[in-house]
Amino acid sequence: MINYIIRRILYAIPILIGVNLLTFALFFVVNTPDNMARIHLGVKHVTPEAIAKWKHERGYDKPLMWNGAAQGAKQVSDTIFFEKSVGMFAFDFGRSDEGRDIAHDIKTRMWPSLAIALPVFMVGLAINITFAMLMAFFRATYIDFSGVVLCVAMMSISGLFYIIGGQYLVSKLLHLTPISGFDAGSNALKFIILPVVIGVIGGIGSGARWYRTIFLEETGRDYVRTARAKGLSELSVLFSHVLKNAMIPILTGAVVVIPLLFMGSLISESFFGIPGLGSYTIDAINAQDFAIVRAMVFLGSVLYIIGLILTDISYTLVDPRIRLE
Amino acid sequence: MLFNPVFLWTDMLLWLLLVSVAFYIWRVRQREHLLQPWRRLLRSRSGVASAVVLLAFVAVGVFDSLHFRLPLEKQGNGAETHYSPEVLSVFDLMVGPLRKQVEKTYSAPFAVQLYTKETIELPGGKQVRDYPRLKYGGAHLREPVREQAGDIAVTALQGGVYAFFLCGGLTVALALWLARRRGISPGEAWTMIRHGRDEIPWRTLLTTIGLLILFGCLATVFSAKYHIFGTDKVGQDVFYLSLKSIRTGLMIGTLTTLVMLPFALLLGIMAGYFRGWVDDVIQYTYTTLSSIPGVLLIAAAVLILQVYMDNNQELFDTVAARADLRLLFLCVILGITSWTGLCRLLRGETLKVREMEFIQAATAFGVGHFRIIARHILPNVMHIVLISIVLDFSALVLAEAVLSYVGVGVDPSMQSWGNMINGARLEMAREPMVWWSLLAAFVFMFVLVLSANLFSDRVRDAFDPRVR
Repeated sequence: MINYIIRRILYAIPILIGVNLLTFALFFVVNTPDNMARIHLGVKHVTPEAIAKWKHERGYDKPLMWNGAAQGAKQVSDTIFFEKSVGMFAFDFGRSDEGRDIAHDIKTRMWPSLAIALPVFMVGLAINITFAMLMAFFRATYIDFSGVVLCVAMMSISGLFYIIGGQYLVSKLLHLTPISGFDAGSNALKFIILPVVIGVIGGIGSGARWYRTIFLEETGRDYVRTARAKGLSELSVLFSHVLKNAMIPILTGAVVVIPLLFMGSLISESFFGIPGLGSYTIDAINAQDFAIVRAMVFLGSVLYIIGLILTDISYTLVDPRIRLE
Repeated sequence: MLFNPVFLWTDMLLWLLLVSVAFYIWRVRQREHLLQPWRRLLRSRSGVASAVVLLAFVAVGVFDSLHFRLPLEKQGNGAETHYSPEVLSVFDLMVGPLRKQVEKTYSAPFAVQLYTKETIELPGGKQVRDYPRLKYGGAHLREPVREQAGDIAVTALQGGVYAFFLCGGLTVALALWLARRRGISPGEAWTMIRHGRDEIPWRTLLTTIGLLILFGCLATVFSAKYHIFGTDKVGQDVFYLSLKSIRTGLMIGTLTTLVMLPFALLLGIMAGYFRGWVDDVIQYTYTTLSSIPGVLLIAAAVLILQVYMDNNQELFDTVAARADLRLLFLCVILGITSWTGLCRLLRGETLKVREMEFIQAATAFGVGHFRIIARHILPNVMHIVLISIVLDFSALVLAEAVLSYVGVGVDPSMQSWGNMINGARLEMAREPMVWWSLLAAFVFMFVLVLSANLFSDRVRDAFDPRVR
């Protein structure tokens, strides 16, 4: 098992290099640093000196991938690609184009993101599974049918509608929670409730429907028939047999997103004014701050790969038949 | 020339798509085994109802994809004709007055007055601050307060009567056609339709078409007199904007999968068929791509396109061409992020199919790799392609709105539901609230996505061999 994990982590390195190459191609080859400098300094009336200064301050004045003027190993290392990528691998994200320390920003903004994303994930998972079990219990009745119809309808509503509608109803009409904002410590609770509730509601449609399919697939298996033949009640079949066996497909979808919770939610964070990583990214996109977007892309890929490894490990915990070799 | 046709990239791709759909239909009609799943689809009620609604949306999108520019007034005799920089579509001509009846700023649905107060000069020279009357909405009413309710009722009745006659005609035509085809009397055919005794759910079909006709008739008669969904900040009719957004939504939903389909098919099948190092390389490619968070990749790519466009503005002769290229690029980049899922599925299925006996037989007969892939593997994985096209559609339509909100969606000059929501969001805090463009965008999106979801469920039931 340890060997397997080590191998998986080693396997992640070429993927991360690939991610870096790709973002590098996107950010530096398609758009030369000169273009970026012009965008940041304003398109008109920019002197070449100003551009050179801007590039030098941010380390963009080196050759892209191959430094012909340097000697030996420096031919590779004294380039933009090498300097920017190696830093990433050490999780040293450098400074944003505005001059702020990205690593520090990420560290402080991670917690508000988690404060929203973690409850949404946990509560959402519990509620979705409960609804799906209910529908599976009453399968092929009107309760099941109307549940599915409700799920499809809820899936078809834009996520933006839940947010805007929820803000309007709860905050503006009923004055139950503030419309947006964030506070430190326990004061944060009143700001967190609404985004969490809306996040959970927005996910019920697709989640409950997906888990229902999984449960129904399991209820068709032989072991379920055996359990019923033994005289077990439908409820205990569902809870002690089907639920356990359905954990594998459920874990596939759920565990992979756990590390990504750090990234927060782009949309709801910016609607609710929560200073997390999601709104950080959106602000960076709107301000065209390439350094931050690049750092977030790298961080996202790392977390995704961690999620994949965690999924594999969780399989062995849930199903002893699976051995990681 | 009366007009100057404009060939936008997305238009041409859409027409290409329609031609290939027509070719597919022609092919399917000749082959019973391909026809079978479609028959199954047409026998389910939700399948038929959602297909009708989707077709109505597609019709609007198709008419909106024939673009041209009208000539400007000639400067003198023999002078060269210059064409207006505004790119219009056939759909714009069909809804003529909707496009041209522009008010000054916001007005509520069915309103006769503007949303904001203005200084109005009375005939006597006195000035008052009041809500001015709209230029077009309810302009035919002398005393709106007294007359409006009656006028709305009369107009609704008028629309209802039109719809009633259209639906009635349609029902009679269907009954006569069925009677001829099945060799029964028209009366029997009517009973069959009413009680739903045929394999094809005619009753559901008629009800859905009837509802669409009713909505269409009401919208037609009302929008001649009022702005049924109000007007937006610059006074454009919101109903018109919502209809125009249909094309954008459809383009994002269909072209995205289409653009990347050849790559996904080729790479997925190659990985599964050849295995070995080919498989390793392809797997590495899609793992790398899918490990980048989708929204960020899209944001990065669109940002870069924007910088490129700002630096090369001379490449685009009209605003529409510029917006169109951005739409196409958005489709490509969305395709790159969603392509990996399809590729993985195709690889898995090919791995399974290639071990089957008929492939072994083909190999034993000395059939080449290319022929095996084209003749034996491709037809056996096509159901996955079809299912994933339909499944992705609704998610993509919803994604457009979110991306436009983040600022990396379609061009701000292009009508889309995302842009409508984004524009209306800023007015949420106003009192009274400007809710109509938000609601119109959400309702249109909901109807399209709901029918797409229902349709995709039926497609999956009909085509997925595991579901049977």
